[in-house]
Amino acid sequence: MTRIGIVAELGQETRVAATPVTVRQLLELGYEVVVEKGAGESASFADDSYAAAGAVIVGADEAWGSEVVLRVNAPTEEEIGRLAVGATLIGSLSPGLRPELVEALAARPITALALDAVPRISRAQSMDVLSSMANIAGYRAVIEAAHEFGWFFTGQVTAAGKVPPAKVLVAGAGVAGLAAIGAASSLGAVVRATDPRPEVADQVKSIGGTYLKVEVEEVMTSSDGYAKATSEAYNARAAEIYSEQAQDVDIIITTALIPGRPAPKLLTAEDVAGMKPGSVIVDMAAGQGGNVEGSVAGERVVTDNGVVILGYTDLPARLPAQASQLYGTNMLNLLKLLTKEKDGQLRIDFDDVVQRSVTVVRDGEKTWPPPPVQVSAAPAVKTDTAGAGESAAGKASKKKGLSRAGKAGLVAAGIAVLFVINAIAPAPLPQHFTVLMLSVVVGFYVIGKVHHALHTPLMSVTNAISGIIVVGALLQITSGNLPMQALAAVAVLLASINIFGGFAVTRRMLAMFSRGNRVNG
Amino acid sequence: MSDTVSGPWTAESMAGAAYIVAALLFILSLAGLSKHEKARAGVMYGIAGMVIALAATIWLTLQGAWGTGAGFTGLVLLVAAVLVGGAIGLWRARVVQMTGMPELIALLHSFVGLAAVLVGWNGHLEAPDLPGALTAVHHAEVFIGVFIGAVTFTGSIVAFLKLSARMKSSPLMLPGKNAINLGALIAFVALTVWYVNDSQLWLLVVVTALALALGWHLVASIGGGDMPVVVSMLNSYSGWAAAAAGFLLNNDLLIITGALVGSSGAYLSYIMCKAMNRSFISVIAGGFGIAAPTGGDADYGQHREITAQATAELLSNASSVVITPGYGMAVAQAQYPVAELAHQLRERGVNVRFGIHPVAGRLPGHMNVLLAEAKVPYDIVLEMDEINDDLGDTSVVLVIGANDTVNPAAAEDPGSPIAGMPVLRVWEAENVVVFKRSMAAGYAGVQNPLFFRDNSQMLFGDAKQRVEDILKAF
Repeated sequence: MTRIGIVAELGQETRVAATPVTVRQLLELGYEVVVEKGAGESASFADDSYAAAGAVIVGADEAWGSEVVLRVNAPTEEEIGRLAVGATLIGSLSPGLRPELVEALAARPITALALDAVPRISRAQSMDVLSSMANIAGYRAVIEAAHEFGWFFTGQVTAAGKVPPAKVLVAGAGVAGLAAIGAASSLGAVVRATDPRPEVADQVKSIGGTYLKVEVEEVMTSSDGYAKATSEAYNARAAEIYSEQAQDVDIIITTALIPGRPAPKLLTAEDVAGMKPGSVIVDMAAGQGGNVEGSVAGERVVTDNGVVILGYTDLPARLPAQASQLYGTNMLNLLKLLTKEKDGQLRIDFDDVVQRSVTVVRDGEKTWPPPPVQVSAAPAVKTDTAGAGESAAGKASKKKGLSRAGKAGLVAAGIAVLFVINAIAPAPLPQHFTVLMLSVVVGFYVIGKVHHALHTPLMSVTNAISGIIVVGALLQITSGNLPMQALAAVAVLLASINIFGGFAVTRRMLAMFSRGNRVNG
Repeated sequence: MSDTVSGPWTAESMAGAAYIVAALLFILSLAGLSKHEKARAGVMYGIAGMVIALAATIWLTLQGAWGTGAGFTGLVLLVAAVLVGGAIGLWRARVVQMTGMPELIALLHSFVGLAAVLVGWNGHLEAPDLPGALTAVHHAEVFIGVFIGAVTFTGSIVAFLKLSARMKSSPLMLPGKNAINLGALIAFVALTVWYVNDSQLWLLVVVTALALALGWHLVASIGGGDMPVVVSMLNSYSGWAAAAAGFLLNNDLLIITGALVGSSGAYLSYIMCKAMNRSFISVIAGGFGIAAPTGGDADYGQHREITAQATAELLSNASSVVITPGYGMAVAQAQYPVAELAHQLRERGVNVRFGIHPVAGRLPGHMNVLLAEAKVPYDIVLEMDEINDDLGDTSVVLVIGANDTVNPAAAEDPGSPIAGMPVLRVWEAENVVVFKRSMAAGYAGVQNPLFFRDNSQMLFGDAKQRVEDILKAF
């Protein structure tokens, strides 16, 4: 049986790669789980609770010597050396940003999987540790801001006077931004949000924020006649919005990141200087250079005019138990994918894009970077089966089928047929046809506006009415011919079942329909 | 007695007038059933029409045959048949479960079909004395009546068997099934011509057998998921069977009523077809439910599970909830707990509505009947078009035993077999909880990408059990 080792983190890290809850589920996958002593302590998971979940508490060396090692942060050079030959390490390795780490990992005969490298496809969402951490960070950013902010978030009217609600601006409506909007608005603040993607407006609205659209005057371009906004005009207008908002709002939370590039500067020093004293800025991008001029990664800065700028980069770790639980669940979902048989055997299948993407090193061989992943799948190619005769496509084209001339032709043919029938049909038939046609039309019109809920009662009543065939049988039941009488009697019997059953069941159904609180018998 | 009635007051003229009244009452009946407010009055009109028609017919018949031996036998048979038939009908109507409604209605259609066959056979045995041209017409009418009746009969039987799960619901795929259907029709025309020229009993036997086989084949080639259309199509057929009998017996009431039922049934089927984006013609022709399979199993990813407890929490924090039931709710008999759930949520001030797909269930309006049985007020039961635009603002959608009717592939994947079928866009809601027994595909046999969406969670198990668990968790 493969042994999974949960090892302790270094330094300031408060999170842990598995919680007692996820340990229990790891055991269900068929693994044996050992936890380094004290690994979950800073996330408030005591060794005892791991032991109660079924893990074995061991020393650091034994935990590092497991076949599979789970970690939150990337290991140091020294820790890489502690991994056993053939071991698998899973953690947040940020392989794209740290080539030297990838080299160090590849120098050992081990396998390394980066949990933060899962492709952003919906199937891999359950393992997307970046999203789950961003969610926590967004929430925590609001809590940190509330902690620094000297006022209520929610507006109140109290005996001691009226309190206006705090105004919060969230820049960037990604996962973190949305979480921040949700947290701030549930605290009662007035929340506004900006984002260059106008399609997030609905998402912002759905969790209680107001989307500030960057509206740019349309500039006509001569070539195609379509109105287009130039990016300079857009950027200028966006900058104006930030300056205006900075003077108005009490709290700004910035989350804007561009993959592989330094974070964009959204707020200038002047904007910050224009804010009211006591205002708070949380720069969630401080680790990538910051969205705010003057923010320092990992630090709390107070400007000359009394604005607090928080540049914390460890926001998820400030919610250690919650962060560990989500991280642990992402980890568990990856292990579920790698352990399809639930037999405690970890297998990596390179045909699966998710498994391929996370693999940084396989058996000492560098496999980073992975081939790019097609995020949106092309629609499946339609296949025609000859045997069935009609494919969906065939049907569709057939449906459009008749041209106007064709339709006119059909109508003309129909009329001609009627003429012929009427001409050759003997006495009572033409009258019958008249009656038939009129009844057909009446039938169509009469039920044309039937309420959808009444389809079933309508059907059962028409079914009862079609029992009218009993009239035919009745006319024959008195004939002198005994077999005929017998057949007619059977027909009467069947039709009677229909008539009585149909009406009775319709009445029963209709009695059940009731509106509002008025309940009918 | 009849001798005392003189002048224009003959039994025939009286019966004719009664028939007109009955026909008008039937029209009023159908018109009444289009609206909730008038529906009950509609049924009463129908019953009144039927009583008048029957009374007039019985009087007319006995009038002619009073005093003769055959008349007496006829009367005895008549009373016995009506009593027995009526008793059976009332008994079935009383005990039928609302979830078993589709089966019952399909079975009732088969009775009309069989009755039409018997009337047609009697038409042959009677062989009235008519001038040449009319004899030919009479023969043709016998033939057509028997044919339509027999198709209706076996078609309804197959629909009944499929609906009550006594027969596999997957479509029967005979090679060249369209050719078989067409061949049967051509054979029918040929036999009709033959019979008109030489009315032999064995020809009638052959055509009956042919029509029985055709009806069986037509419906057997249709998958169980398309049964709502099939049932209303058979309803239409049973009407045409009655109309054909009317031609045969020279009876306008039968023609009018048959045509009413036939055209209203056809119109209902047409509504269903539109709701499923199917061609109406191919429904009438049977075996329309077959779509070409798309290439391979796409990788949809993983679904997430949710517990009843967590669902209860989700619901108690929701501001608006939409419940979209499907056949699974009927199977699990979950309508009562679902109604209770809706009731409790409404007590808490949650805006609860039901979204009904036109073809949810196995019968047009099936879900409405079930919800009505459980006393869900009908003004919160909305149809697809009424609710679809609101789904985006809905906190939680509960999908209870529905699958194909909430499949985003219909809207988004042009290669899907159900592409283009209008569906409830539940995936636009904030959260979707899908009640399902397992991850198996729906009737259309199509995998449902909804289950793998980020905002979807699966609540596995028996729908009734799970809804009760949620109620307990409140």
